[in-house]
Amino acid sequence: MSKVYIALQDNDESRYIVEAIEEDNPEVTVIHMPAMIRIENEGRLTVNRETVEEKMGRDWDVQELHVNLITLGGNVEEDDDSLSLHWNE
Amino acid sequence: MAAKKLNIKDKYRLLTRDLDWEYSYADRKEAFPYEDFEGIKITDWSKWEDPFRLTMDTYWKYQAEKEKKLYAIFDAFAQNNAHMNVSDPRYVNAIKIFLTGVSPLEYQAYQGFAHTGRQFGGVGARVACQMQSLDELRHVQTQIHAMSHFNKFFDGFQEYSHMHDRVWYLSVPKSFFNDARTAGPFEFMIAIGFSFEYVLTNLLFVPFMSGAAHNGDMATVTFGFSAQSDEARHMTLGLEVIKFLLEQHEDNVEIVQKWIDKWFWRGSRLLTIVAMMMDYMLPNKVMSWKEAWEVYFEEAGGALFKDLARYGIRMPKYSEIIEKEKEHISHQAWWTFYTHGHAAGFHTWIPTDEELDWLSEKYPETFDKYYRPRWELAKEMEAKGERFYTKGLPQLCTTCQIPMLFTEMDDPTQTSYRDTTYNGERYHFCSDGCKDIFEDEPEKFVQSWLPVHQIFQGNCGGPDVGDILSDFYHMNVGTDNMDMKGSPDELRWKQWKGVA
Repeated sequence: MSKVYIALQDNDESRYIVEAIEEDNPEVTVIHMPAMIRIENEGRLTVNRETVEEKMGRDWDVQELHVNLITLGGNVEEDDDSLSLHWNE
Repeated sequence: MAAKKLNIKDKYRLLTRDLDWEYSYADRKEAFPYEDFEGIKITDWSKWEDPFRLTMDTYWKYQAEKEKKLYAIFDAFAQNNAHMNVSDPRYVNAIKIFLTGVSPLEYQAYQGFAHTGRQFGGVGARVACQMQSLDELRHVQTQIHAMSHFNKFFDGFQEYSHMHDRVWYLSVPKSFFNDARTAGPFEFMIAIGFSFEYVLTNLLFVPFMSGAAHNGDMATVTFGFSAQSDEARHMTLGLEVIKFLLEQHEDNVEIVQKWIDKWFWRGSRLLTIVAMMMDYMLPNKVMSWKEAWEVYFEEAGGALFKDLARYGIRMPKYSEIIEKEKEHISHQAWWTFYTHGHAAGFHTWIPTDEELDWLSEKYPETFDKYYRPRWELAKEMEAKGERFYTKGLPQLCTTCQIPMLFTEMDDPTQTSYRDTTYNGERYHFCSDGCKDIFEDEPEKFVQSWLPVHQIFQGNCGGPDVGDILSDFYHMNVGTDNMDMKGSPDELRWKQWKGVA
């Protein structure tokens, strides 16, 4: 199975997003590099709006992710409640 | 009562798909004249999927937010004299390459996506290309703004646009984009949208930018990551384009595969300069070129091609050569610039002993065997006051325009050299990959504006190299070029820091 990945700018908003990703995808590997955080997982990774909102303590639009996003790998599926990445094999 | 909020899918349908119209009095074929001639068959544009479903209003909202953050940091950078906080003045030379070699490509990408978007019959693809075109314009503007601060304190930034159109090594990135932009709209999308954006730009904008942060350059990492936040959308567009073409008609598969073979080869050649920037020009190291290549090309690209295998797409041709090149190309490129350091628009240097040790550790198979001895020789020569500069001008590859600096990958002591004859003229290449590309489109590549040929034909002034550098390239000879040691950049840095 190939790895999907997402990288975010290392800042105050991303820290909550990373926490949410870790909670919803317990298998992920989180790699800290200068100024960025890379998160990878075998096959699939999902960012859920509800979990991010809970961590941030405010409303959060899934498309706000664009502000802190650096790169991603995998086929993207996005709706009002989540963004997920996967590879077809 | 508050108006009901549309969900993303409905909003996308209304604000993107609904912007299209039927043609009642104009001929659709005349409105989109470039859609057919590449042989690509589109049967139904409505099958186009945009997973991000970004509409124009949301686009402006988030782009405005990104710009506000970015310019606040530029202001802070300038107000705090943060150019003084970079790790080492040698680092700034990587940023000179960025401004002269990369930022003008952002402008070409802006032009390319504006043109290509206009030529697509499907509204979803048109709007996505329009957004990418605006993004690319934002990238070139923010890069110029960020680097204008360095221009006040360091040499070599003053004539980036003029240089991009003339200087020998800058013809490599310039001709790469010219090739893509003079192709049809679908080839442009496979070249730039897919091959370049999905796989290759990651290597410049992710590990190199992380390196900029690690070297104290707050301005560059910020514009880099701000640009890259648009790039995730560009990557998704590139992937959607290729899936769309492959799903539309089986005849598209062979055409797309040929473009993938061409553009991954061209892209890996172009990235040679990024390899050199990562291994030799970042004094504080994040990862080696080889490690970055393994993560972003082999792992990420490998996953991508496994995913595309269901359409009958295979890994790019010459992948096995590309895999071996990660051990060599950064060393071969920096040695070439070091020995041509009198003709470059930035400073070059011998790596420090600690840096040589780091390279030995990161490249255990190749560095001590092939490359370290050259630097030990260069150190001896420099110590004797005989810093080496070559007297000759390099032979260039007709396709990628890179000097013949690459070796055979199975014998790194042998220069890789190929040639072919077309209409009675002999043309020269650095590799089988570049030779294949020429032979597939000879009428295009015989027109290559090769800087060294142009110099010998008398089209760049002269006759001496020094005249060409100053009059034709607008370099400040003796200031912008030559070794870092003893340069005005180095002297100013020492004065600022109060060291002798």
